[in-house]
Amino acid sequence: MSALKIKKGSNSHSAYNLRPNFSDVIERHTLAVLVENEPGVLARVIGLFSGRGYNIDSLTVAEVDHTGHLSRITIVTSGTPQVIEQIKAQLGRIVPVHEVHDLTVEGPSVERELAMFKVNGTGDKRVEALRLADIFRANVVDSTLETFVFEITGAPDKIDAFADLMRPLGLTDVARTGVAALSRGN
Amino acid sequence: MTRKMTGAKMIVQALIDQGVDTVFGYPGGAVLPIYDEVFQQNSIKHVLVRHEQGAVHAAEGYARSTGKPGVVLVTSGPGATNAVTGLTDALLDSIPLVVLTGQVPTFMIGSDAFQEADTVGITRPCTKHNWLVKDTDKLGGVLHEAFHVATSGRPGPVLVDIPKDVQFATGTYTPKKPSTSHYQPPVKGDMEEITELVSAIENAKRPVFYTGGGVINSGPAASQLLRELVDGTGFPITSTLMGLGAYPASGDKWLGMLGMHGLYEANMAMHDCDLMINIGARFDDRITGVVDMFSPKSKKAHIDIDPSSINKIIRVDIPIVGDVGHVLEDLLKVWKSRGRKTNSEAVGKWWKQIEQWRAVDCLKFEQSGKIIKPQYALSRLEALTKKYNRYITTEVGQHQMWAAQYLGFEDPNRWMTSGGLGTMGYGFPASIGVQMAHPDALVINVAGEASWLMNMQEMGTAMQYGLPVKQFILNNERLGMVRQWQELLHGERYSQSWSESLPDFVKLAEAFGAKGIICSDPDDLDDAIMEMLEYDGPVIFDCLVEKHENCFPMIPSGKAHNDMMLAGVDTQGVIDAKGSVLV
Repeated sequence: MSALKIKKGSNSHSAYNLRPNFSDVIERHTLAVLVENEPGVLARVIGLFSGRGYNIDSLTVAEVDHTGHLSRITIVTSGTPQVIEQIKAQLGRIVPVHEVHDLTVEGPSVERELAMFKVNGTGDKRVEALRLADIFRANVVDSTLETFVFEITGAPDKIDAFADLMRPLGLTDVARTGVAALSRGN
Repeated sequence: MTRKMTGAKMIVQALIDQGVDTVFGYPGGAVLPIYDEVFQQNSIKHVLVRHEQGAVHAAEGYARSTGKPGVVLVTSGPGATNAVTGLTDALLDSIPLVVLTGQVPTFMIGSDAFQEADTVGITRPCTKHNWLVKDTDKLGGVLHEAFHVATSGRPGPVLVDIPKDVQFATGTYTPKKPSTSHYQPPVKGDMEEITELVSAIENAKRPVFYTGGGVINSGPAASQLLRELVDGTGFPITSTLMGLGAYPASGDKWLGMLGMHGLYEANMAMHDCDLMINIGARFDDRITGVVDMFSPKSKKAHIDIDPSSINKIIRVDIPIVGDVGHVLEDLLKVWKSRGRKTNSEAVGKWWKQIEQWRAVDCLKFEQSGKIIKPQYALSRLEALTKKYNRYITTEVGQHQMWAAQYLGFEDPNRWMTSGGLGTMGYGFPASIGVQMAHPDALVINVAGEASWLMNMQEMGTAMQYGLPVKQFILNNERLGMVRQWQELLHGERYSQSWSESLPDFVKLAEAFGAKGIICSDPDDLDDAIMEMLEYDGPVIFDCLVEKHENCFPMIPSGKAHNDMMLAGVDTQGVIDAKGSVLV
């Protein structure tokens, strides 16, 4: 399968929009990259971003098809439309890359991230943390008399919002997985 | 059919199955099993170079002059790291290479073993793809895939790193078969876009073809189709350094090379055209000058097999992703079926304008006095060697630009020069690779003395294999291009740009058993060149030339195509502060 695979329903000639309207506005795009799960493939993708000076806002990677030997790399990146087009084209020419999808332009998509927050506090602050966690549907996955570890899943801005609320309540550690994303529907 | 054999034997078998006849290499501890197999066969000729960088450049010369992939075999650690410059050179110029490196045994990887380097890590950014093979059973398949990747789509160098225990172990060889690889870059262009380009060709008033190395990489058929298109439409054509020879220099539509040291008429045509048809070139910064002022009035079409080349530097109006040969074939078909139309009246007027630019005669020079001008040396070399079955390689610098300006190329694959990376030391080993592929041809490396010294150890290789490569050194005792930029940009403070303690090149040649010729008088030049041509063996030709000659025309850094410096101008203050940060 070619990296230039045309997505169903797409009105452009290829996955890359070769006739874009370039502007100077920085855009945030979520890219899904299907790659051959072979040694060094992540280094190739990351090396491309560092070598050519592109941004990585978030990156997740895991094998998604064991028999097909495929991994899915989800990259959130930002840049002008011209840079975004370059990133997609450059990703497409990495030999073990099978497909590149720009979820931001290819139609509606869902983004989710998992995060864990360690909150250290006693008294009212501890009660308030627990109450807010309930509102955000965060689960308590570990507890001592002075700490909670919350687990929360959601879109990145929901997690940002939760982090903002926890900070004055004794937030000490954060672990985030980075964004995983899929297109909606067929 | 599958067969059991050792990894080392598999490597030789895979090379034979891929039709490889020549390997450039240098042995070492981690490739001894492979060299043992090389010893026991007669199908593949091994060329022992004197430095691994030389092996890669020689393979590049072989590849560029034949259209076949060049093959390199070197050892682990320093063998691999010495190959890095050549790999990067081949990546930037899209040259197909398969480089095989030895590696320490798998169980020692990561232990800082003797001659261990993270070869796949180091070469990841300077190869099209690379592999570390840890399982002998997979070696055959990987080697065939390596050839497929190197030669498919936009060509480039690949590297296969093979640990020594994998070479010793016995496994099952996977024979060559039609590729099942997912890597299959499309070669056909989009017909809608091609038709749009045909319409643009039919209506253009001031068109220009701007062609590059992609035409040459696409194969001889692409050059033929290009000639048919250019001669059919009657449009002017210019080319990058990489694309010289795709259209013959003697053709009447030929404007000469464009770019920083391109011809006045070529650059002016690029600036003032209304339709620019880029075929297999990549809007390199040596071509565009300052991007904001690049050909402001033109509609731009771009044919390239690599989607990432399109809209990377210059935004284009008609993008066509595909192989040049395939796209030109379709383009010609559509153009002919619609009646081979052009706006010949307007194009005629455009040619009148171009003739006025041509009348500037931007390459004119005057040979007077007793010192050889480098332009004169190359004009004479051109006149005296034009009739030969000739291949030219170059080093990097002023001599390279003069060679591109004053030598004419009638066919593709005759001109081998380091374009993208600008690697001093490229030309001599490249000439060895070319001569290996074309034993009966005249192979000349046009060099500067400083570049040439960077890989002069390859004299040993030339002598060992009896390769009659001619090293035509324009010796100005300077790093000429560096000196020129210091004159233009740094108040004539010539910091470290002179070549002191140069060897006596005649004695140097003789020390290797070759012939040395020195020439300093313009009146002796023709005879000296003839002496070089008549000698059956390697020659070092030390041509002493004017020391402070500048290479013109020139688009100074930060300027546009229509803002060129011609010979004889005042060189002070032409580049402003903004331009001076550019290279």
